[in-house]
Order: sequence, then C-alpha cells, then structure tokens
Amino acid sequence: MDAAFILNKVLPSLNEGLLVTLLLIIPSASLGLLLGTLVGLLRSFAPFWIAKLAAGYATMFRGTPLLVQLFILYFGLPNIGIYLQPYSAAVLGFTLCSGAYHSEYIRGALLSIKRGQILAAQSLGFSTAKTMLHIIVPQALRRALPGCGNELIYLIKYSSLAYIITCIELTGEGKILASRTFRFTEVFLLVGAYYLVLVSLATIGLQKLEKRLYVPGFGRG
Amino acid sequence: MRRGHKGLGTQGIRMHNNALLRVDGLSKELGGQHILKDVSLELGKGDLKVLIGPSGGGKSTLLQCINLLIFPDSGSIILGGREISFRRKKDVLAFRQQIGMIFQDFNLFDHLTALGNVQIALRKVKKLSTSEARKRAERELERVGLLSMAHLYPAELSGGQKQRVSIARALAMDPLLLLLDEPTSALDPELIGEVLAVIRDLGRQNITMLMATHQMGFARTLAKEILFMEQGRIVEQGIPSELLEAQRLSGRSRTLDFCSKISEIYGEDLA
Repeated sequence: MDAAFILNKVLPSLNEGLLVTLLLIIPSASLGLLLGTLVGLLRSFAPFWIAKLAAGYATMFRGTPLLVQLFILYFGLPNIGIYLQPYSAAVLGFTLCSGAYHSEYIRGALLSIKRGQILAAQSLGFSTAKTMLHIIVPQALRRALPGCGNELIYLIKYSSLAYIITCIELTGEGKILASRTFRFTEVFLLVGAYYLVLVSLATIGLQKLEKRLYVPGFGRG
Repeated sequence: MRRGHKGLGTQGIRMHNNALLRVDGLSKELGGQHILKDVSLELGKGDLKVLIGPSGGGKSTLLQCINLLIFPDSGSIILGGREISFRRKKDVLAFRQQIGMIFQDFNLFDHLTALGNVQIALRKVKKLSTSEARKRAERELERVGLLSMAHLYPAELSGGQKQRVSIARALAMDPLLLLLDEPTSALDPELIGEVLAVIRDLGRQNITMLMATHQMGFARTLAKEILFMEQGRIVEQGIPSELLEAQRLSGRSRTLDFCSKISEIYGEDLA
C-alpha cells in the first residue's frame, strides 16, 4: 500500500464522491419514504381503480431492474422532449424505486392495524385525512420501520448505479481514479470501506430511531 | 309499556317533543340482509336507556348508525331539534363530535399514552392549544380515576382501565350523549365493576346514554327504559320493572326469557 498515493489522490476524490453520494441518498430516501407511504395508503384505502393504479406502479418498479429504469429516465425521456440532468434523473429513479418497495412495507403495516382504530378516530370527529395523518400513519410507520430501514440500506448501495448515467458519485470517482492509475485493489477496497461505514452509520441511526419511537405493545412486546 | 313497535305511526313520534335525540325509521341493509328494520327511539336529556337482545340482533349496527359510522339507508336522526344531513361531509364530522362512542374492545390509539389518547382529538379536531388540551385531558382522566396512569400506554393498562380511558376520551369532547356498545363484554369478570361504577357516576351527573349491554342487573336498576332488539327491530320496550313484571304475569315474554338466560350465565339474580 502506498500511503502517499492514498492520502493525496484516493481520499480527496473519494471524499468528493462521498458528498455526491450523500446528496443522492438523502433526498431519495426522504422522498422515497414519503412516496411509499402515500402509495401504501392508496393501495390500502383508496377506491378500487386508484388502488389498482398504485399497485401497478409498485409492480412496475419492483419488477424491472433499477438500471433499466435509470436508462429510461436518462436516455429514453429525451425522445419525448424531457431532458433530465444526470443528478435529477438519478434522484428521480431512486425515489421511484425505493417508493415502490416502501409502499409494500407500509401496506403490510397498514394491514396489521385494526379497523377499530379508524372507527374510534371517526367517532371523535377526525376527517379521513386527519385519521390517516395522526392515527394510522404513526402506527404504520412504527410497524414498517424495520423493513423501511432495510430499504434505506439497499438505497445506500444501489446509489452506486448513478455513475452509469454519468452522475459521478463515490463509485464513479473510484472507477475513474482506478482506471487512470490501474490501482484497482486499493481504490475499490477503500470505496467498499466507505460504503461499509455509511451503512453502519445508517444502521446505528435506525436503531436509535427505533428506540426513540418505541411504544409498548409495538413489536418487541 | 309499548310492544311490537311498528314504524312511524303516531306512537313513534309521540312522547316529549324536547327529546335530545330522536331516531326515526332507521333501516340498514348490508349484503342483502336487513340489519336494521325501521327502528325508532328517543332519548331525553339525562336518560339512560339500555339496548338488550341476542347477538346479531342489530344493537351494534344501530349504535354505529346513530353516530353515522355506518350510514343508514333510510330514516332520520334528529339531535337537539336539528335533523342531521348525511350528505355534507362537514356536517357529518361535526355531528360525530357531538356524540361520544364507547366500543366493546376499547379501540384506544395504541401509539399514544392514556393522556395522549384523551388529548389528541382536543388538539387536532377541536384545535385547542397544547396546554389547554392537556389540562382538559387531565381533568377527564381524574374523573375516571386514572390521572396517576396518564403516562402509560394502552398495552400497559388492564381492560377495565382501557375502557375508562376511552370513556374519558369521549367525554373530553363534551358530547351531547354517549353511545356505549357493550362496554363491559370484553372484560374479565373482576374488571366489569370498575367500568360500571364509572358509567353509574355518569348517570348521576345527568349524562345522556344509550347502552347496549348484557349486564341485566345494571340495566334493571339504572335504566330508564329497556329496548329489546331482535332481528333488526325493537320488539319490546318499557320501564325495566314494568316490562319484566308484566311479562311475568302474562306468561308470554321474549325479554324476560332472554334476561333470565343472560342472568343465569352471568350469575346474577333477576328476582
């Protein structure tokens, strides 16, 4: 291992890539969870055709490779006059994909919420929207948290696909540097370590969140 | 005592005109089955009336229709002299606020503490400030004797305590009347007493209540009127002592038979 090479060349470019990776993950994760919650609610409570439509979206995005989705967004959409920046295309693709997976976790959690919760809220004068916002979603998110956390960890790793549509993030920086210097081993070992740290931090964060949101009777007895 | 109540005849509308709640000719069909057939009843302010009858007789559906948790197919509901329109969503939401509902299986919000359960509708529906809502919620919990458990979650409360919290939650909204759907049926026998004691207190405080129950002893001593429901109709009704006594003498009696059976099961003495 060449310490000077790593310190002067590898770390600076990987740090730059890390910043882009974070800029990809943070909005995609938040928007994806929001979208997934919405789609999960629609699939569970909306009128038949809207629920079907929402389920169709989930089927489509869970049923095709993410890379293909990114290609369509970045290379395909210009054919119908929509031009997306690489970064926007990547965030949009990640959001749509993780939203589809989240919707499934949320839907499962919604199924486990008893109908009585809705009746009780209605009997107190809650509108449908307020029932969802204040009663159903807080419960569903707690139940869905382990699954949704898993999806966040996937997202951290599949964000590496962004470099293929020329949004140069962590993996992209590594790839460029490695091709230029032919030092694949050092560079990619370090890229791997970066992801490992990211995922570990996310795991710790999720555990903390789970503890904070803990309510007796949910999950761990 | 009136028997064989038949729809909207003069009998149905008679009685006091100043009734707090008047239900006229309520019908509901679900999946081709008539769950409610032309049910009418009245509640005056401070009345405690009891619905009894076999399971599947329509008691729950009637209560949920009165609160518009289920929309009746026909009939009218008049609360405080105003007929309720089912069409405008805003009216329906405002109407539900005025009627408290107590469920058989409590339906406390599982993610909120006892205090949170009582507070949330005050905050989100009545739009009270945090401190006002808290004060009001604490007062209601005190009324049902659970202020010391305000910080506990539903999973940490006994069945009887859960039901008392749900009563506090309903009362905090200042409802004009309470509907109680077998409030003690999901409780262990030793916990029934504490809930009935709270309901008895509410009766003393002149809170208007319509309650479905199998607690015949309770119904006999406290109810102003017993309504016997079977197959979606109110088939017999009257003041408890008169209803049961008249039937004992006439020898023909659905209510009495039913009450005796229920009392036997619960080990109460109906004499």
